[in-house]
Amino acid sequence: MNLVVASAGVVAGVLVWWLAVRRLTTRPWEAQGTYDGRDTADMMGAAPARIGLWVFLAVATSFFALFITAYSMRMNPHLAQGAALNDWRPVAEPPVLWLNTALLVLASVGMQLARGAIGKGQAARARTRMLAGGVLAVAFLAGQLLAWRQLQAAGYYAAGNPANAFFYVLTGVHGLHLLGGLLVWGRAVTRMSRSVVPVGAARLTIELCTVYWHYLLVVWLVLFGLLLVT
Amino acid sequence: MSYVAIADQHAHLHDPQTFLAKYVWSQDHKVIAIQYMVTAVGVGLVALALSVLMRLQLGFPGTFSFITPGNYYQFITMHGMIMVVYLLTALFLGGFGNYLIPLMCGARDMVFPYLNMVSYWVYLLAVLVLLASFFVPGGPTGAGWTLYPPQAILGGTPGANSGITLMLVSLAIFIVAFTMGGLNYVTTVLQARCRGMTLMRMPLSVWGIFMATILGLLAFPALLVSAVMMALDNQLGTSFFMPAVMSLGAQTGHDGGSPLLFQHLFWFFGHPEVYIVALPAFGIVSDLISTHSRRHIFGYRMMVWAIVAIGALSFVVWAHHMYVSGMNPYFGFFFATTTLIIAIPTAIKVYNWVLTLWRGDIHLTIPMLFAIGFVFTFINGGLTGLFLGNVTVDVPLSDTYFVVAHFHMVMGVSPVLVVCGAIYHWYPKITGRMLNETLGRVHFWGTFLGTYAIYLPMHYLGILGVPRRYFAMGDTYFVPDSVHTMNAGITIAAIFVAAMQLIFLFNLAWSLKHGKQAGSNPWRATTLEWQTPDTPPKHGNWGPELPVVYRWAYEYGVPGLKEDYVPQNQPPDGRASTAPAHGTHS
Repeated sequence: MNLVVASAGVVAGVLVWWLAVRRLTTRPWEAQGTYDGRDTADMMGAAPARIGLWVFLAVATSFFALFITAYSMRMNPHLAQGAALNDWRPVAEPPVLWLNTALLVLASVGMQLARGAIGKGQAARARTRMLAGGVLAVAFLAGQLLAWRQLQAAGYYAAGNPANAFFYVLTGVHGLHLLGGLLVWGRAVTRMSRSVVPVGAARLTIELCTVYWHYLLVVWLVLFGLLLVT
Repeated sequence: MSYVAIADQHAHLHDPQTFLAKYVWSQDHKVIAIQYMVTAVGVGLVALALSVLMRLQLGFPGTFSFITPGNYYQFITMHGMIMVVYLLTALFLGGFGNYLIPLMCGARDMVFPYLNMVSYWVYLLAVLVLLASFFVPGGPTGAGWTLYPPQAILGGTPGANSGITLMLVSLAIFIVAFTMGGLNYVTTVLQARCRGMTLMRMPLSVWGIFMATILGLLAFPALLVSAVMMALDNQLGTSFFMPAVMSLGAQTGHDGGSPLLFQHLFWFFGHPEVYIVALPAFGIVSDLISTHSRRHIFGYRMMVWAIVAIGALSFVVWAHHMYVSGMNPYFGFFFATTTLIIAIPTAIKVYNWVLTLWRGDIHLTIPMLFAIGFVFTFINGGLTGLFLGNVTVDVPLSDTYFVVAHFHMVMGVSPVLVVCGAIYHWYPKITGRMLNETLGRVHFWGTFLGTYAIYLPMHYLGILGVPRRYFAMGDTYFVPDSVHTMNAGITIAAIFVAAMQLIFLFNLAWSLKHGKQAGSNPWRATTLEWQTPDTPPKHGNWGPELPVVYRWAYEYGVPGLKEDYVPQNQPPDGRASTAPAHGTHS
């Protein structure tokens, strides 16, 4: 659980820092009567959807960090007493995972380019690039399914070994998060192609999708690295 | 000023016209809050009935043939899980959070109203899945609310066929619902406060709910992770948590899993969960005490800091639930230390409540009675927490009725007293009518004294060593006859307290039609929800103009004014006109 404590510590630190910055030391009973505009600095001035996404990313980070903690505790029995020694048989990662990683990187790049285009007001170009980013993410998911089938064919069943089970679980929950992102993406893309969405709204949607794609890329790189080294 | 545009999106809040859109598929935070409250209280009544069944068995063992040992474990499990997750968490955050955050912050609604509506319906689905497990073959799971493996999914445990699966699925659905709601509460507090409502002017109720939501958002994933992995162990035969084990005379296919890993994950959720329930109660009770003693809350900043500190510390105390699970002694030392440290901010809060009452103009209204009852009960339950936080004291008391008494006092009775107080306090705003006073007093004294009659004796049972979770004591040599007498007495008290809640329910229903008209601000309170143009507040809450806040939420008993309180949205010049020329206030 060390990892969890560390991540919780980081979260708590950020929280305390954030609150301290926001003048947690003001004396509200003295500051009666006036508000002089200082309190507007208190608002973050961001779109609620942006804040909502970042809060959700904090939740997802907690979720993945806990899975990774469970992974390391199950792998190293001394971290959680009671696990049998040496029952961990590493998975031979199928090479297709490297291709998938490249696809996911490209998906993120596509999203980033879409963000750049909408920033310049080029709505049509942004839509094309966003479409490409989403399709590449779908291709990534297809590649992940292929990796699962290859592992099954090679006899790495979930029930066979904790390493196998964790492989399926980690790739599975990551894929589900990407699938959720694709739902939002699909809705945004259809709306953008059916009707003229104001550039401001489109900019926000593309920005949020891009942030989410980058986030899931980082999570995948961490998970993939973990699977490779163990 | 972008925040005005965000907070004042009245144009986008199309007023719902049809009955369905208004009261069923509503995106209005107030309607959703009531939906959450009614559902939570409804499922809570199931849990209350289960506790009465358990007490019947414990008080009069052998009398009720329909309660088998298997049933008994199912009652325990469902009672605990419903009370902690589906009642208290949902009621405080989904119910009071939804109702109070926009009104107290001066917003028209939550920032994501559609998500808010979906959150409720997904929560209802979680409740229905949970209740469905009563009707499947084998019944609900009897694994205990902690769902410890390996026994949770072994064949000998009641509900092993499908009860446990439904439980895990229901928890996963609940967590999805909570996350949707939680994103709303946090973002609304951060983004949708009206002009002048700085963080340090927020009422403590909002602070408590806000912090509890953050805790929930970070802690519930731990429960989700453990539920997913346990479901896989159960369905696919993986061995995350399941060691090699014989079950019903046969070897299971599992090998090498770590039950302790589950306990770490579970309590990493489970301990913050205590504060997810407690922090909103702390916040609400602060406002109740301040309003009904006509005195500003003592040490407002200290109260806020304590809420934040408790929230942060609650993530590093989880293993004090695992002292007897087998751990490195240094590990236990660490967790005993953090557990005792968390008592410091908690004690600060208790002192501040008492100091707020000190020389206050105490009105013993019903919300105030419940608030004071809470402070009593919380001190009681908190002090036994200091006992159990120490490894050497905990080891002999572990798994006895002392623990049952402790956690029921501190996170059962205490939050429920706040829930009742809060309902008596805000019912006039929600419905426009007061609850009946006499029935309220009967309800308070019956509940308060009755719960003491239940839980105080349990401490002594625990010190005698009477073990918890036992279906019947039988002829155990260290359990004297007096224990059986006491158990019968506790059961009678439990039935009495349950009956008192029926009075409360009757009062809630009766006052809806026959209660005294409340007016807009019956408690003469300063916070924004009492300053709405309509009572109950209409869709959009504030009429054409959003309120503007000029002061903190605790200007009570201000000398030199006609009224003894100043609403948060009263401009300073309005106050200056009624204040004497020299201004006797500090």
